[in-house]
Amino acid sequence: MSTTVEAMGQRVGAMSAAELSSRPDSRATVGDVTVANPRMVCREVDVWYGSKQAIKGVSLDIGKNEVVSMIGPSGCGKSTFLRCLNRMNDTIDGCRVEGSIQLDGQDIYDKGLDPVPLRAQVGMVFQKPNPFPKSIYENVAYGPRIHGLTNNKAELDALVEASLRKAGLWNEVKDRLDQPGTGLSGGQQQRLCIARTIAVSPEVILMDEPCSALDPIATAIVEELIDELRANYSIAIVTHSMQQAARVSQRTAYFHMGDLIEVGETNEIFTNPRHKLTEDYITGRFG
Amino acid sequence: MHSSTLLILLLGLMALAYHFGRKRAISSAGGIARINTLHSLPAYYGLYAALWAGIPAMLLMALWSGFQNEILIAILKSELPPSLMDGLSTGQVGLMVNDIENLASGAIVSGSVTPEMQAVADRYAQLQRFADWAMWLAVLAIAVGGMGYAWSRTQPRMRARNRVENIFMVILVVFSSIAILTTLGIVLSVLFESLRFFQSISPLEFFFGTLWSPQTALRADQVGASGAFGAVPLFTGTLMVSAIAMLVAVPIGLMSAIYLSEYAPRRVRSLAKPTLEILAGVPTVVYGFFAALSVAPLIRELGMSMGFSVASESALAAGLVMGIMIIPFVSSLSEDVINAVPQAMRDGSYALGATQSETIWRVIIPAALPGIVGGILLAVSRAIGETMIVVMAAGLAANLTANPLDSVTTVTVQIVTLLTGDQEFDSPKTMAAFALGLTLFAVTLTLNVIALHIVRKYREQYE
Repeated sequence: MSTTVEAMGQRVGAMSAAELSSRPDSRATVGDVTVANPRMVCREVDVWYGSKQAIKGVSLDIGKNEVVSMIGPSGCGKSTFLRCLNRMNDTIDGCRVEGSIQLDGQDIYDKGLDPVPLRAQVGMVFQKPNPFPKSIYENVAYGPRIHGLTNNKAELDALVEASLRKAGLWNEVKDRLDQPGTGLSGGQQQRLCIARTIAVSPEVILMDEPCSALDPIATAIVEELIDELRANYSIAIVTHSMQQAARVSQRTAYFHMGDLIEVGETNEIFTNPRHKLTEDYITGRFG
Repeated sequence: MHSSTLLILLLGLMALAYHFGRKRAISSAGGIARINTLHSLPAYYGLYAALWAGIPAMLLMALWSGFQNEILIAILKSELPPSLMDGLSTGQVGLMVNDIENLASGAIVSGSVTPEMQAVADRYAQLQRFADWAMWLAVLAIAVGGMGYAWSRTQPRMRARNRVENIFMVILVVFSSIAILTTLGIVLSVLFESLRFFQSISPLEFFFGTLWSPQTALRADQVGASGAFGAVPLFTGTLMVSAIAMLVAVPIGLMSAIYLSEYAPRRVRSLAKPTLEILAGVPTVVYGFFAALSVAPLIRELGMSMGFSVASESALAAGLVMGIMIIPFVSSLSEDVINAVPQAMRDGSYALGATQSETIWRVIIPAALPGIVGGILLAVSRAIGETMIVVMAAGLAANLTANPLDSVTTVTVQIVTLLTGDQEFDSPKTMAAFALGLTLFAVTLTLNVIALHIVRKYREQYE
C-alpha cells in the first residue's frame, strides 16, 4: 500500500496547476456507478433523518463476487448508505429513504416486501463485534434455527461447522463450541459474527468498519477472510482505513457530506483520483 | 432563656466568625491586590473560623443538654431530707422525684404537696437556673475561644481549604454512620430479645412445631391459654400469600416491561411508565382495604357460586392484591435490565433476519435474565415483608393449609397482633414477635444479598 500512496503522491505532484483546476469540483458523481453483473442496484437514493438530509441522490451498483469499499470522512453518510441496503435504518425513528434500491431486480423498499427475510439475504457485520451472550455454537446456530434452514441436529451441526470453517475460526474453537462467544478475543469474536452471518447463506454481506476495533494481526486475518469470501458473496465494506480499502476492494466509492463524489476501480481511485475532493481526502489534506 | 435562643446566638457568632476570618485572611495577605499569596480562597478562611466557632460549642451544648438533668437529679437525690424518704421503695422514690420535677416546672402533681417537697422543688428549680446560666456561659466561651484560635491561626500559609474539606468529610462520615449504627442497633436488639425468647421456648419447637397459639396466661388462675409457639403455619401462610402474589406480579410485570421497553412508542411509554409507578405510590393500607372490602367478598361470592367454601378472609384475596402492589417493582426493575442490553445485540439479531419477537425471546430476554431474576428476588423479599395488606385481608387464624381459599396468617400479621394492645414485655408471647422478626429479617436479607449479587454480576458483563 505504501508504494501506492507514494506513486500517487508523485503523480499528483507532477500535475500542472492547469490540470488541477480543470478537474471537476461539482457534487455530481464522477466515474461509472454501474457494473456488468450487478447484484444490488441503487438509484438516486436520498436518506433523511427527520428534516436533515444525510444521503443526497446516491447511485451505485454492487456487482457479483466483488468487494466495494466506501470511504470518506466521518459523518459523510457511508454507514447510513450501507444500512439502507438491508433496511436496518427501519429501526431508527424518523429515518426516511427515497429512491430505488434493488436486489436481483426486486425493489427492497417495495411496500409489499418484508424486511425480515431481506436481512437474511443481505447480511451485516458491525463495527464492534457483537456476539450474543450464548455459546459459540448457539451464536452460529441462531440464524439457521429461526429460519428453519436445517431439518435435524446433524444438519445443523454440519452447517455450524461449515460456517465456522468459512470464517476461518473452526480450528480455533472446535473444542469449545459450548463456551460463551463473548469469551473469545476481539478478532475471534468478529470472525464469529461473520460465521453467524454466513450461516444463513446471504447473497450480499455488508460490513460496517469491521476491523476498527481489532488489532493489526486480527485485522490482517479478517481482511484475508474478506478476500476469500468474495468467491461466493458480494461484499460492501465501509472503512476508515484507506490502506484497508486498497487491500481488500476491487471498487471504491468516495462519499463526502452525503454525496457520492467518485466511484471507480480501487487502483484508479488511489493512483489517479479525478475529483478534487477525492484527491484531498486520499492525500490526507482533510478527514 | 431557652436553649434555642442560644443556638440562634451561636449561628450569629458563626456568621461573624466567617466575616472576620475572611477579612483577616485578606489583610494578612496584604490587601485584596495580593490575594494570590493566600493558600486558599478567602472564603475558606472564613469557613474555617466559622466552623471553629460553631462546632466545639455545639458539641458542648449537645452533651450538656443531654446530661444536665441526670446530674441535677443525682444531686437532688443526695440532698433529699431523710424524712421524705422514710419507708419508700425505689419505685416510690422515683415517683416522688418525678413529682418534684413537675412541681418545679409548674405542672400537675400526682399527690398532695407538703412544705418539705415544696422546698426540695424550689431547690431543684434553683439548680436548674444555675445550670442553664452555666451552660450559656460555657458554650459562648468555647465559641469565642474557637473563634480566637482560628483568628490566631489565620495567615497566608495556612491550608484553610484542606482543613475545611477535612471537617466536612468528618461531618459526612458522622452522619452516614448514624444510619449504619441505627441498623446495627435494630438488628442487635431484635437478636437479644430473640435469644431471651429461645431461652423459654426451644428453637426446635419454634421452627418445626405446627401449632401456633401464642396466648399465655397473665395470671396463674387464667384458663384457655396454652401458649404453643410452632411457627410452621405462619411460614406456610407467608409462603402461600407471597407465591400467589408472585404468580400475579411476575407475568404482568415482565410482559409490561417488555412492551414498554421494546414495543411502546415513545408517547405511550411516557404516559404508561408513570402510571405504573403510581401503583408503587399507593399506600399499602389502601391496598389493604381494597383487598378486604372489594376483592375478598368478590372471591367469596365467585367461589360460593361455583360451590366452593371460601373463607371471608382468604389467602387468595391477600395474594392477588399484594401481587398488584408488586407489579411496578418487577416491571421497572426488568425494564431497566432490558434497556441495559446493548442495542448491538438487537442489531445483530435483526441483521440475521430475526423478527422482533424472535429477537426479544431468543436474545434479549436470555441476556437480561440474570437481572430479571434479581429483580424478582427483590420483589419476593418485598412480598414476604409486606404487612398491611395481609393484616386486613388474610386473617389471623394460624391454619396449616394448602388451600388458597382458606384463611391463613403470616409472620408479619402475627408480629402486629403480638405487639398491639397492652402487653407485658417479658412474656414469651411478646418476645415471640422478636423471634419472628429475626427470622423474617434473615430471610429478606439473604434474598436481597443474592438479588443484588446477581444484578451486579450481570451489569459487569456489559460494562
